[in-house]
Amino acid sequence: MTTATAPAEPAVPDAPAPRTAGVPRRWRFLARRLGFYLAAAWSAITLNFFLPRLMPGDPSAGIVDKLQRVSGQQLSPSALESIQKVFGEPDTNLGRQYIDYLGQLARFDLGVSVSNFPTPVSELLWQGLPWTMLLVGSTTVIAFVLGTGIGAVAGWKAGSRFDTVVSPLTTFVSAVPYFWMALIGLWLFGFQLGWFPLAGGYDADLPIGFSPSFLLSVLHYGVLPATTIVFSAFGGWLLGMRNMTVTTVREDYVLLAQAKGLSNRRVMLRYAARNAVLPNFTGFALALGHVVGGALLTEVVFNYPGVGYLLFTSLQQRDYPVMQGVFFLIMLTVLLANLLADSVYALLDPRIREGG
Amino acid sequence: MSTAFLTSWKVRVGLGILAFFCLLAVFGPWLVDSLLGLDPRENDTAVIAQPPGADHLLGTNQFGQDVLAQVVAGARGSMYVGLLGAVVGTAMAILIGVPAGYYGGKVDAGLNFLTNLFLVLPVLPLILIVAGYLEGTGITTIALIIGFFGWSGGARTLRAQALSIANRDFVRAMRMLGERGRRLVFAEVLPHLTGLIASMFLHAMIGAVMAEAGLAFLGISDSSAISWGTMIQSAQQQSAVLRGLWWWFVPPGLCIALIGTACALVNFGVDEIANPKLRVARPVSARRAKRLARTGGGA
Amino acid sequence: MTVQAEQYRPAKAPAGQAVLEVRGLSVEYATGGVPVRACTDISFTLRRGEILGVAGESGSGKSTLITALTRLQRPPAVTTAGEILFHGRDGSAPVDLVTLDGRRMRRYRWTALSIVLQSAMDALNPVMRIGAQFADVLRARDRSLSKRDAWARAAELLALVGISADRVRDHPHQLSGGMRQRAAIALALACGPELVVMDEPTTAVDVVMQRQILAQVLRLRSELGFAVVFVTHDLSLLLELADRIAIMYAGRIVEVGEAAALYSAPKHPYTQGLRDSFPPLHAPLRTLHGIPGTPPDLRRPPPGCPFHPRCAQRMTGCEERLPALLPVGPKAGHEAACLLNDTDTDTDAKTDTDSGETKGGIL
Repeated sequence: MTTATAPAEPAVPDAPAPRTAGVPRRWRFLARRLGFYLAAAWSAITLNFFLPRLMPGDPSAGIVDKLQRVSGQQLSPSALESIQKVFGEPDTNLGRQYIDYLGQLARFDLGVSVSNFPTPVSELLWQGLPWTMLLVGSTTVIAFVLGTGIGAVAGWKAGSRFDTVVSPLTTFVSAVPYFWMALIGLWLFGFQLGWFPLAGGYDADLPIGFSPSFLLSVLHYGVLPATTIVFSAFGGWLLGMRNMTVTTVREDYVLLAQAKGLSNRRVMLRYAARNAVLPNFTGFALALGHVVGGALLTEVVFNYPGVGYLLFTSLQQRDYPVMQGVFFLIMLTVLLANLLADSVYALLDPRIREGG
Repeated sequence: MSTAFLTSWKVRVGLGILAFFCLLAVFGPWLVDSLLGLDPRENDTAVIAQPPGADHLLGTNQFGQDVLAQVVAGARGSMYVGLLGAVVGTAMAILIGVPAGYYGGKVDAGLNFLTNLFLVLPVLPLILIVAGYLEGTGITTIALIIGFFGWSGGARTLRAQALSIANRDFVRAMRMLGERGRRLVFAEVLPHLTGLIASMFLHAMIGAVMAEAGLAFLGISDSSAISWGTMIQSAQQQSAVLRGLWWWFVPPGLCIALIGTACALVNFGVDEIANPKLRVARPVSARRAKRLARTGGGA
Repeated sequence: MTVQAEQYRPAKAPAGQAVLEVRGLSVEYATGGVPVRACTDISFTLRRGEILGVAGESGSGKSTLITALTRLQRPPAVTTAGEILFHGRDGSAPVDLVTLDGRRMRRYRWTALSIVLQSAMDALNPVMRIGAQFADVLRARDRSLSKRDAWARAAELLALVGISADRVRDHPHQLSGGMRQRAAIALALACGPELVVMDEPTTAVDVVMQRQILAQVLRLRSELGFAVVFVTHDLSLLLELADRIAIMYAGRIVEVGEAAALYSAPKHPYTQGLRDSFPPLHAPLRTLHGIPGTPPDLRRPPPGCPFHPRCAQRMTGCEERLPALLPVGPKAGHEAACLLNDTDTDTDAKTDTDSGETKGGIL
């Protein structure tokens, strides 16, 4: 995260900007970002299409071959057909395949799982998605708020005892691999202390639904995975915010706010932190990819029923349609989250300009 | 670069830790073999899942292998992936970031799009997919893939810096004198970025070590290789947590965290020197200031 | 006294009553080994409604003086000696700003003492509307003020410096450089301060805007009656604006006096040098001379007079004796710290010929 805050942003030109530019400019910025995300989505989808076809030989044949090696038995004709539907029949040309592939995606038809034949991939994804959204979404928000808040205080009181204890400690914590942190948490609080269940996302004895006891069990099962993700993820936000605040506190507008005799709280929040938080939004993409990757691993440790766990099992069974589907889904959500972060940024910074 | 950065305690501690692990990776396996007479792959069925003790300083795992010997052997594997991945990643960041910032225009538009694309793509799942398709993912292949997908953050930073350098007077002057572009980039622009690139390299290294561990944890690894990631993965597979074999999975993770902290410390130290605004009033000078204020000044 | 300056002067001469008395102020930077003295033994008195110009090269300690006066210095800068006595409008006993704790100091901020910083671009919060930056201080000082009234007051204040009222809803980046600077001045006047400290508020704008801003400061001063400490490196600019001028060198005041007297008959070689480095705005051009050398390193100040290594009129004793700030010249309140004036300061009838070859000031 240190390098992420480093790039010198071009200074805002001193020339007076025409006054009417306010609102349209903001929309122009968002439209440009939206355009980029659409292009990014298309690139990723295309990449997803070409990756298996770039492998030497006929992709479906290769995949069928691998699958048979993993499972140790002949593939059923229907499974073979589903593979060929996703990865192309040997004889059709690439352009035709690509168009078919885009059409299938548009209908959210991601093929059929091979290991869980014949469950459609989209169904598996729909099962896993709420769990991952719940876990990653909530932890991302908590980690962001927590890290940014503590980072603002540490930066505001840079050099204080609080700062000299918190910052190095956070450096260490954020260097810890997610899944290892999860293992330690599981061992300490699940195995040794027995406070939390060791695996799963809910109490399997309860019927799935919106009953209070089921929701309570979801909460109980979710605490440990969520805490480990928050614990691993908030360090990046904290350190970025701390360094930005240290830099911002030196700015003249903070000095002037102090000269105005505003309360310390107000100077810190409205002047220092309010400006220092902006780069955290432009660095969102960088951090989110990290968190998502880490969360996938955390799901594996806890056998949490999200898409990360799905990816893991499909990987082990070489269930390529599912792997592709999971990647497609993760990519879409990550792009959406980034668009959201850009929108917040556009709301917060009146000078919106093209960010890097 | 001058040696000024060595004055920071953060840089010295960080470099010390890194040097220790580098030495461990190079000489460790040989030392463990000759001094302790241990082989990380040897299965000693007499001592299965033993807690740390006199014979096995860090205990043994479910297969009767010595954990200390495995950690040392894992250092070699993980550091190898870290270094190779960082070299590939940093080289790509330079090749894509610097020209984008220096040339601007269409070159920049294309390269910058590529950078932003890789920036927003969730890299770990992408690497998983690619590694999943590839046959026989050896440790070198994994390092190459990690480097190939992990350059975007660095390229973004380098682009911004190259952009600012390309607009400085001395570069403009040389361009007007008819200096060739490529020579300018490599002889004049790049040297100004060495500090940044060094710090990026460390960043990339810890990123690669962590990515390798993550991939190994998900089963994407060479089954014959030993790295910290494969150790944690086999601990997880053998339900080490449920058996309470903490000494199996704690040491490798701790090593990764230590290397990560070391890289971060070096980067912080370098940052503070490069960016004086970050150099906050150190506690010592703040205390001295308070004392001065109380006593009404010295002389 | 110049004609130009005269027409800006308030109809009623400033009351002789002091608003700020600075006595023996010293500021040190507690860095590394030896503390560095950025300001040493600064003393001056500022009367109500008076404009005191402070001039000096960069590194002369003028910025440090500003942060010390306004109690805005940050570690490692520390006020180690002296007092800053502030005399309130109500005639109550003066308070020493140096000893006030943060909470009590805050009561004086902006209502008694405000500041205009060098660059308004940097001094205005980029993410807050102009009006909001007025409203927050107005409402902090007057809790009964409604949000709507605070914004209306902000618009009035902007109108005071010639910015149209609808600009209150703009963000700083939407204003031009000159507008921003004028807005910053209006902001400083928001709570009717008795003293405004201005830190080179015209360096970031072009010459035309600079003249406009100076005229506005003079007009507002005569309307509102606040005193000003105006810091700059441009001595000729102060001649236009200031009633009195103090010259700083190496953290000390080396000469202080009425603006015209100090400019026409400088008693310190450094003042002469500074005067001759800038073209006068309203006088026949004279040959410009720079001052050779650079300001001393404050970590290792030279012994004796800090200016002696650069002084053309150096004599024996300069490198040993530190000259005190003593009355010079015919005008009352004109003081200089130079051994050149030392021999015959008692002879009041003296003309200004003793300060060397400069007789040039025909203002």
